Amino acid sequence: MSVHTLTVDGVEVAVPAGASLLDAVRAAGADLPTLCHLDGLTPVGACRLCLVELEGSGRLQPACATAAAEGMAVLTQTPQLQEWRRMAVELFFAEGNHVCAFCVANGNCELQDVAVAVGMDHSRFPYQYPNRRVDASHPQFAIDHHRCILCTRCVRVCDEIEGAHVWDVANRGAECSIIAGLDQPWGEVAACTSCGKCVDVCPTGAIFRKDDTTAEKEAHRERPQLLRAARDQHQWLNQ
Amino acid sequence: MTSSTSSSPAGSPPRLRFATVWLAGCSGCHMSFLDLDEWLFELAKHVDVVFSPVASDVKEFPEGVDVCLVEGAVANADNLELALQLRERSRLVVSFGDCAVTANVPGLRNLWAHVDGGSRQSVLDRGYLELADTGAQHPHAPGIVPELLERVLPLHEVIPVDLYLPGCPPPAERIRDAIEPLLRGETPAMEGTAMLKFG
Repeated sequence: MSVHTLTVDGVEVAVPAGASLLDAVRAAGADLPTLCHLDGLTPVGACRLCLVELEGSGRLQPACATAAAEGMAVLTQTPQLQEWRRMAVELFFAEGNHVCAFCVANGNCELQDVAVAVGMDHSRFPYQYPNRRVDASHPQFAIDHHRCILCTRCVRVCDEIEGAHVWDVANRGAECSIIAGLDQPWGEVAACTSCGKCVDVCPTGAIFRKDDTTAEKEAHRERPQLLRAARDQHQWLNQ
Repeated sequence: MTSSTSSSPAGSPPRLRFATVWLAGCSGCHMSFLDLDEWLFELAKHVDVVFSPVASDVKEFPEGVDVCLVEGAVANADNLELALQLRERSRLVVSFGDCAVTANVPGLRNLWAHVDGGSRQSVLDRGYLELADTGAQHPHAPGIVPELLERVLPLHEVIPVDLYLPGCPPPAERIRDAIEPLLRGETPAMEGTAMLKFG
């Protein structure tokens, strides 16, 4: 197995070829905030929270979707990066309708957690209050688009792990949204197996079980990784 | 502490002139403040409460306030007037709780800004006409019932804010840990889940 050696904030690490910069950052014992990334799913680099700086290039790269290469010098915590990360989180809050106080995911929300991690005590950007929908047509689950950050974890888990591809992304800019089937009510999409994986991986309270109310959501965001390990490496939980 | 006027024992820091204000919120932040229980006696050694809905009967916001905690969003003409006044008369303004920091629940009517008549008309129609059992009518008492603003605003979109204390409500310990350094003229470190979490 070939190995790449690089530095993360001055710490030297060796990672197997094919590893991402995020893998290298974690191997160096550092941590980066992430929202769209989930171990077990294909990276997309959508949320921009894991942006890092490659010394010498001045360019920013999403660590989750960039391959580690020999000799790279990665900076993860420059003042500028910290400032931009906080700005990105403020924009997430301003862009949707995120009201932690009565959210189903209060206390179990990755957006809420990254706000703490980046030190967000308020948003400098005025909240937009976009006009979005709630689709409660599925018998067990519902999707509240007000709380969606378009991370596409639901799209990827349904396609890559469950193989049903119920979810997709429609439109662009402020109109961009997650859709079920051919932009149908979720409950009418015959391809949905009601497996609940999209509920498990949603970082916020956007997709939830109907019988959960404020602060009752229990997410199981480790499941794609477990399923991936079971399928690819035949490693099972009971072994 | 520039504007303290009360006498204090020799050698101890001057007493702060302390105020709390209740704008468009549920008073939950003030209830959480009262949850400080016996620490309130400690606080009373260091401050004079010169304006507060839960600790004084003063109607006019006084001059020369050192620290002012503001609960609630800015939702009506009275909120706006008091916000501007307290900023003018306070050295340090604290956005106290999620409604002040984000507009939170009172700000939900901003979601109706895009419909005909706007958020103000929508919330009044819903509250006084659509949900009325009998005698549906809009309240009309000019000069007595304050007019709603079209958009509910977080405090920092109306006046400069010096410190943000999020939470719905902020737990009593968070309030204490934010206020205690202020009594010594220091700025609290607002970081980590204990001090920052929304909701």
